[in-house]
Amino acid sequence: MAKQIEVSDLDAYYGSHKAIAGVTMTIEPRAVTAFIGPSGCGKSTFLRTLNRMHEVIPGARVEGKVRLEDEDLYGPNVDPVSVRRTIGMVFQRPNPFPTMSIFDNVAAGLRLNGRFSRSELNGIVEESLKGANLWNEVKDRLGKPGAGLSGGQQQRLCIARAIAVRPQVLLMDEPCSALDPISTLAIEDLISRLKLDYTIVIVTHNMQQAARVSDKTAFFNLAAQGQPGMLVEMDETSKIFTNPAKKATEDYITGRFG
Amino acid sequence: MRRSAFRRSRGDGPFRFVSTGAGVILLAVMAAIGVFLIIKAIPALQANTAHFLTELTWSPNATEPAFGIGSLAFGTVLSSFLALIIATPVAVGVALFISHYAPRRLASLLGYVVDLLAAVPSVVYGLWGVTFLVPFMLGPSKFLNTYFGWIPIFGGDQVVGKSMLTASLVLAIMILPIIAAISREVFLQAPKIQEEAALALGATRWEMIRMAVLPFGRPGVISAAMLGLGRAMGETIAVALIFPATFNISFRILSANGNSIAANIANGFGEATEVGRGALIASGLVLFVITLLVNMAARLVIARRKEYARAAA
Ligand SMILES: Nc1ncnc2c1ncn2[C@@H]1O[C@H](COP(=O)(O)OP(=O)(O)OP(=O)(O)O)[C@@H](O)[C@H]1O
Ligand SMILES: [Mg+2]
Repeated sequence: MAKQIEVSDLDAYYGSHKAIAGVTMTIEPRAVTAFIGPSGCGKSTFLRTLNRMHEVIPGARVEGKVRLEDEDLYGPNVDPVSVRRTIGMVFQRPNPFPTMSIFDNVAAGLRLNGRFSRSELNGIVEESLKGANLWNEVKDRLGKPGAGLSGGQQQRLCIARAIAVRPQVLLMDEPCSALDPISTLAIEDLISRLKLDYTIVIVTHNMQQAARVSDKTAFFNLAAQGQPGMLVEMDETSKIFTNPAKKATEDYITGRFG
Repeated sequence: MRRSAFRRSRGDGPFRFVSTGAGVILLAVMAAIGVFLIIKAIPALQANTAHFLTELTWSPNATEPAFGIGSLAFGTVLSSFLALIIATPVAVGVALFISHYAPRRLASLLGYVVDLLAAVPSVVYGLWGVTFLVPFMLGPSKFLNTYFGWIPIFGGDQVVGKSMLTASLVLAIMILPIIAAISREVFLQAPKIQEEAALALGATRWEMIRMAVLPFGRPGVISAAMLGLGRAMGETIAVALIFPATFNISFRILSANGNSIAANIANGFGEATEVGRGALIASGLVLFVITLLVNMAARLVIARRKEYARAAA
């Protein structure tokens, strides 16, 4: 299921504003890659270019290449809708569909993809909720609105919704930033389990979290104020946190700026 | 005595006085109008030799006044509901096109046009209806009658331009901009994070609208439709020009049937006797009650969706 992503020389724009410039990197399958960097350096923007969510913002566009194994995601005949079905996303703020029940939230992506019998749906929904570590808490109220859950539960519901369609990659943009430490740990555990099956990319402002969950870490920074963001370095997480190659990385992770 | 740290802030007192006063005055004026109308209506209702609620015909100016609200209320409700059924889907489509499909420039231009149309006085729609739509509708009406005459509402022997259908169409065109304008506002406020959730799951734009925009916008669209319905029911000039002013109950919308309370008032107030005026005022009060009932029904529908609306907030 999991696939490798290769990005080469990628620029992303909002209208005429260049938000990131010249990013080249390889994201390994069945591993967790963390993006860190100061606010506004383009982590979210870059993450969203990986599943073509960037271009849903009016005026936003991308230059460069993103390949999923052998496929160019920005190729002329590629349908962004099918890219997003293959590369799932979890957002910073939990965003379940408020008018749908817990069950329907998890089944939402499946229902887009095709016809499933009721029993198939039941099976996948249960499996996804178990995968997201939420099943025990909600199994007795699957018919209740998803918005009635706590923030941490809602975020796990969103993860269940994202993995229900069996994506090959899972992108997470600060998935724990709105959560308490216990929910955060629950989601970190979940990430460690999910990486057995998925390629996972996570944006985080929490250095300990990056150190705990990720195998590779990429540090982004602005070259200067008003300049586009860029990739400073990317390496094994242990190396980035103990012996980074660049001075800026060391300054950032030791808290000397940003 | 020490002044409390929690004393009322100073601006509150006068503001509360002014706003409460305005509210009380408004209620008093409305009550006075209601009482005045009821007092005017009572003598006419007493002089009535027919049953006001069930009688179909309307001859309050005769020496033996006989009039009833039956056919007028029927015509009011039928024409307004037809207008609503025609206008709402189109208005929602227009609103969605402006809010989620059209490129930004076109969207703001269209939004401006819709707002402008919503502000056009109804008499303009009425005159357009009489001079253009009435003759124009003869052809399509004949077509419907010939090929779909087996559906009762399209049946009947004679087909005319000044029909219930034409009047309903004019009403529909009249209320369309207001429904579209309000719906567009509501759709624009659909939470971006849920729209993105749908898109990130691999929804097409239409699927995204069905998952994240329409459920959010439904109470707003219902409110907009009810506002349109209220307008259609109270509309006077546009339909007074088109309705054939008959006093019967018929679902044959292509034939020379149709009248409404408001149109009847507009057509009849000038030559009415004392009793005739009282009768028209009584009919106006009925219109008020119908509008009130429709509004309450709409509120019920919206309240039933409250759970979701609250969850969306
Ligand atoms: N919707 C948008 N329209 C225009 N510019 C945007 C938009 N979103 C982000 N930007 C700009 O792009 C740049 C990168 O923003 P981005 O959100 O990717 O940063 P980030 O690294 O995710 O920051 P944070 O850590 O605060 O989430 C910023 O200069 C920001 O102002
Ligand atoms: Mg961000």
